[in-house]
Amino acid sequence: MNRFSYSKPQQVSEALQQLSDTGRFIAGGTNLLDLMKENVARPSQLVDINALPLNKIETTQAGGLRIGALVKNSTVAYHPDVERVYPLLAHAILAGASAQLRNMASTGGNLLQRTRCYYFYDVGTPCNKREPGSGCGALEGQNRIHAILGHSEQCIAVHPSDMCVALAALEATVHVSGPSGNRSIPFADFHRLPGDTPHLDTNLAPDEIITAVELPPRGFAENFAYLKLRDRASYAFALVSVAAGLELNGTSIGAARIALGGVAHKPWRCPEVEAALIGKPATEESYRMAADALLQGAVGFEHNRFKIELARRAIVRALSEAAAGVNAQ
Amino acid sequence: MNATPVRQHRPEAESETHSISLLLNGKQVQLTVEPWTTLLDLLREHLNLTGTKKGCDHGQCGACTVLVNGTRINACLSLAVMQDGAEITTIEGLANGDQLHPMQAAFVEQDAFQCGYCTPGQICSAIGMIKEGKAKTRDEIREQMSGNLCRCGAYTNILAAIEQAMPACQGESRE
Repeated sequence: MNRFSYSKPQQVSEALQQLSDTGRFIAGGTNLLDLMKENVARPSQLVDINALPLNKIETTQAGGLRIGALVKNSTVAYHPDVERVYPLLAHAILAGASAQLRNMASTGGNLLQRTRCYYFYDVGTPCNKREPGSGCGALEGQNRIHAILGHSEQCIAVHPSDMCVALAALEATVHVSGPSGNRSIPFADFHRLPGDTPHLDTNLAPDEIITAVELPPRGFAENFAYLKLRDRASYAFALVSVAAGLELNGTSIGAARIALGGVAHKPWRCPEVEAALIGKPATEESYRMAADALLQGAVGFEHNRFKIELARRAIVRALSEAAAGVNAQ
Repeated sequence: MNATPVRQHRPEAESETHSISLLLNGKQVQLTVEPWTTLLDLLREHLNLTGTKKGCDHGQCGACTVLVNGTRINACLSLAVMQDGAEITTIEGLANGDQLHPMQAAFVEQDAFQCGYCTPGQICSAIGMIKEGKAKTRDEIREQMSGNLCRCGAYTNILAAIEQAMPACQGESRE
């Protein structure tokens, strides 16, 4: 790990002031310290934000839930309101990492974690995300875990989070603070596709800080599923994951949310596909139609073409489980 | 326990140290640390508490699991300076004199190890898991312990040991 200076401010304004151009905020540290040990990240300064007052889960006036950026992943997953109203979020969080990591990792940090692409992590190989212009090692390398949707010639990495897939499906809002004040970013606009700027994962400015993630009232608690498919049954990143939420009017679909993980540079959603499900019968045929539409334009690489069919089947299964209410309490 | 002096780093490197206090295995300690020292390296290299193991050093194996304010974490992915004021329990702090902690005793009785390298992390993790109170069935224990790898494959006996110690540990965390 490189040398760096360290400070621990007490207030958000103080933290924003202290952060230098080459500095980074640290909360749980589970991803940042790992990247520093690999020399992928070499900040000259760490601003420890754990003393900031961003550690609460509160009900909003709109009837939703506001989760402070410093609340630990395990605390969110086991919070009574999350278990009751947003079990999709609880299931997604508990499908990720290990218990120890969930005890350390923060809500804001989960959003900002970096891809686990082997080439991004290996400083001896080219990577446009780590070193813009150096090339992409994954395009013609080991690309079993890589993207099938939304990738570019510059980068085929995927976003690794499970929690973010649920937050995308639930249409969360990310609250941030910066030198020029506060703003809110809809979840769909928070993460970016790689395009020709794969070094940018998100639309958070370097001098901004996440303060909270807000959930709207609608939680799909009766009909939801988080289906995660991976190489081992626990403690592995998703090859494909699906966050599904349905509202049913008898036997037809009243509302639908589908977000995919493990397939793109950001949690993947198509609101048009979800809208097309409204009024359709809650049957496998409808789910297959949605899956085909969601995966339209999917392109695999040498080792990951299997993900297209895997994702298709996972979407159908997740929607079937959601409709059957098998996960509802 | 005597804190050994902080190791010298390269002379050209920036010199910056921070003073921290920890309640470490029941004893209050004052330490001076460089910000880039992980909690794991502080324990092993500076305080000679080598019971906590360095396996992968990347949060993937769980060998470095310790309890911070009663919660299990990976000591390799935390900076010592970030733990100022915390209560830290390592494998060395579990026994009461010569009397083993119920989880330690159960690991011995159930022969829940082969090489033993993952054992301190397994034991601290299991104690943390029981305190969390979310694992009741065998499958739930397996899932909740998935952050602790055992390359000897002693999982069957590890599971048996945790099940054996669970009632005694639950009694303890209620006190």
